[in-house]
Amino acid sequence: MGQNMKTIDALNMNYRDLNNLISETAEVDKNITLGNVYGQRYIGRGLPKKVKIKIYGTPGNDMAAYMDGAELEIFGNAQDAVGNTMNDGKIIVHGSCGDTAGYSMRGGEIYVEGNVGYRVGIHMKEYREMKPIIVAGGKAGDFLGEYMAGGAIILLGMNLKKDEDLTGRFCGTGMHGGTIYLNGKTEKYKLGKEAVKVKLDETDITFLKKHIDLYSKYFKKDLTALKPELFVKYCAVNKNPYKNMYCRY
Amino acid sequence: MSIDFNTPAFEVIRDEKRCIQCKVCVQQCANSVHAYDEEEDIVKADDMKCVNCHRCVLLCPTRALKIKKYSLEFKENANWTSTAINEIYKQAQTGGVLLSSMGNPKPFPIYWDKMLLNASQVTNPSIDPLREPMETKVMLGRKPEKLEFDLNGKLITEIPPQLELNIPIMFSAMSYGSISRNAHESLARAASELGIFYNTGEGGLNRDFYKYGKNTIVQVASGRFGVNKDYLNAGAAIEIKIGQGAKPGIGGHLPGEKVDEDVSATRMIPEGSDAISPAPHHDIYSIEDLRQLIYSLKEVTDYKKPVFVKIAAVHNAAAIASGIARAGADAIVIDGFRGGTGAAPTRVRDNVGIPVELALATIDQRLREEGIRNQVSIIAAGSIRNSADIVKAIALGADAVYIASAAVIALGCHMCHACSTGKCNWGIATQEPELVKRLNPDIMYKRLINLISAWNHEIQEILGGMGINAIDSLRGNRLMLRGIDINDKELEILGIKYAGE
Repeated sequence: MGQNMKTIDALNMNYRDLNNLISETAEVDKNITLGNVYGQRYIGRGLPKKVKIKIYGTPGNDMAAYMDGAELEIFGNAQDAVGNTMNDGKIIVHGSCGDTAGYSMRGGEIYVEGNVGYRVGIHMKEYREMKPIIVAGGKAGDFLGEYMAGGAIILLGMNLKKDEDLTGRFCGTGMHGGTIYLNGKTEKYKLGKEAVKVKLDETDITFLKKHIDLYSKYFKKDLTALKPELFVKYCAVNKNPYKNMYCRY
Repeated sequence: MSIDFNTPAFEVIRDEKRCIQCKVCVQQCANSVHAYDEEEDIVKADDMKCVNCHRCVLLCPTRALKIKKYSLEFKENANWTSTAINEIYKQAQTGGVLLSSMGNPKPFPIYWDKMLLNASQVTNPSIDPLREPMETKVMLGRKPEKLEFDLNGKLITEIPPQLELNIPIMFSAMSYGSISRNAHESLARAASELGIFYNTGEGGLNRDFYKYGKNTIVQVASGRFGVNKDYLNAGAAIEIKIGQGAKPGIGGHLPGEKVDEDVSATRMIPEGSDAISPAPHHDIYSIEDLRQLIYSLKEVTDYKKPVFVKIAAVHNAAAIASGIARAGADAIVIDGFRGGTGAAPTRVRDNVGIPVELALATIDQRLREEGIRNQVSIIAAGSIRNSADIVKAIALGADAVYIASAAVIALGCHMCHACSTGKCNWGIATQEPELVKRLNPDIMYKRLINLISAWNHEIQEILGGMGINAIDSLRGNRLMLRGIDINDKELEILGIKYAGE
């Protein structure tokens, strides 16, 4: 990083022009800084490995859609559908994310310093060595991990106000794979009927430690007070939840 | 354990004089209907397991087998039919949601059969397509408002991406998982040779089939199975599946037992895991959100691929279609309630949605009235059974049609409606290797070519009879249609006159 850092001023740029410029620039300079981003959509869409983009401002919806290995670091909040159907790559948000972050993502990592919105991690999947991960420092809205089919979601639940809950309702509803780790319990009524609490084992604790450490590193926070062994783990009741629902005639 | 109140639906009749106990039927039936009894040296049948797929009948070397409807009458009752009673037995026994395959079988009106075509007599002479040029090529995609040329006559208007079809017929979406690899290969090869397109369905595209990409439409549904940058760029067009005619408003569900190694690799999900497509796309709650998905797909494919949006034919299809056109789609696929399916809840299949004929007519009309018909192509789907249906669909306003049930029938489907069992004896709707290999793509792709070529000839003959020499001149030409045996309201919706008028 450093010498070849290319800076693009996104002020008043239409998303199509901006994304084209990013793609063209990435052919030459793998390290790009975007300034004055005001809601342009699809930033990082489909971008491959080795491309690293620093984003200042507020990127628009569908950031990192179908992304294929690039790394995005956002100095601000992100909007809805961050990492939509993302294949691979890393996203670090120094702020909060909107709804449906990680919709259907199949690989890669999303680290969010603050909170995430509704239906985050919906239909996340995994495939062979691809295991997507979402880590958020705060809380999540309703339907966290809905239809989740793979990967992991970690909520650190930090800086919650007294009347704020770690998750909304219908957490893990329709879940048929993957894992949700919560730093704190969620009331039973909030849990979808397809999700079940499971005891943490050594692998879980190592996994949690690794991602808590990464979070501390990315956001420069001292998290030594967080105890991975106190996290609560939720998994799918089974991977064929609707097997006995039908009769053929 | 209570008695099973259900009786067999079919009876296997074996002519013992003809049967030579060769056991071909035993080997061929994946439902284990036939069994050889060594002691008695005869082959016996368990009628209860028979789905009437005709496999044994056709393969019996001595023609010893017949399948008949099981003759067991309930007391005659126009309301409580045997189907209505048997369905209750089944549900009372299992507590399950009734699941069916293929399209709506109920006797609702089929408007294709209530429309008649015109032909030229004396004035405007008819054309003989065997000896005169007859154009059936169509271009699917958004057409510009106007064309601009520079002083040298060179076109300067940027033309949005188009699909060029030699014949206005495409193979509709059937996912790998719902149908077999060999069925997919047959469709892909036939589409390539015919200069038309087949659709991957929502189950991803096997790497081995990327070579047919020029003739492939890749589908994106709510489950986003196998969707990544390579997949989206592998085909010639992308189709967003919002709904399906056989099951409007509900999602899809490929049971884990059909997700074997190859299906898992294509869908990019773990083996044995259920592949669940949520009912909605959770990033689409409005026309504006649909626009966001359309443009995310255009962004990642460099605006080079037309994006289709497929919806089921429902009550307010015309208004939705207008929204789809304004959201930036290049084509709208409208799937009628008779469209087939690998599996759908019976009650939804049989009661939800409307006929494609009515939806197509209202959509075409609405888009014309709003002056945006040029912005999208319209593809009609949902039980197109023959070339006459296609000609009528085009006269009602379609640019092209999708066929799927007809295509699988060409591949040997005998319409036994048991796709969801995964035990298709014809190797179509199954993933069992022993069954899949019964469908030989080297032979079967030619049957598809035969079918489409024959239909193309018939379309040309009918067009020629009308005195029309290009399919483009028929599109939306409703004067070529007349209604028969339908009421004023139906005529109004179809936008046609009554026969004799």
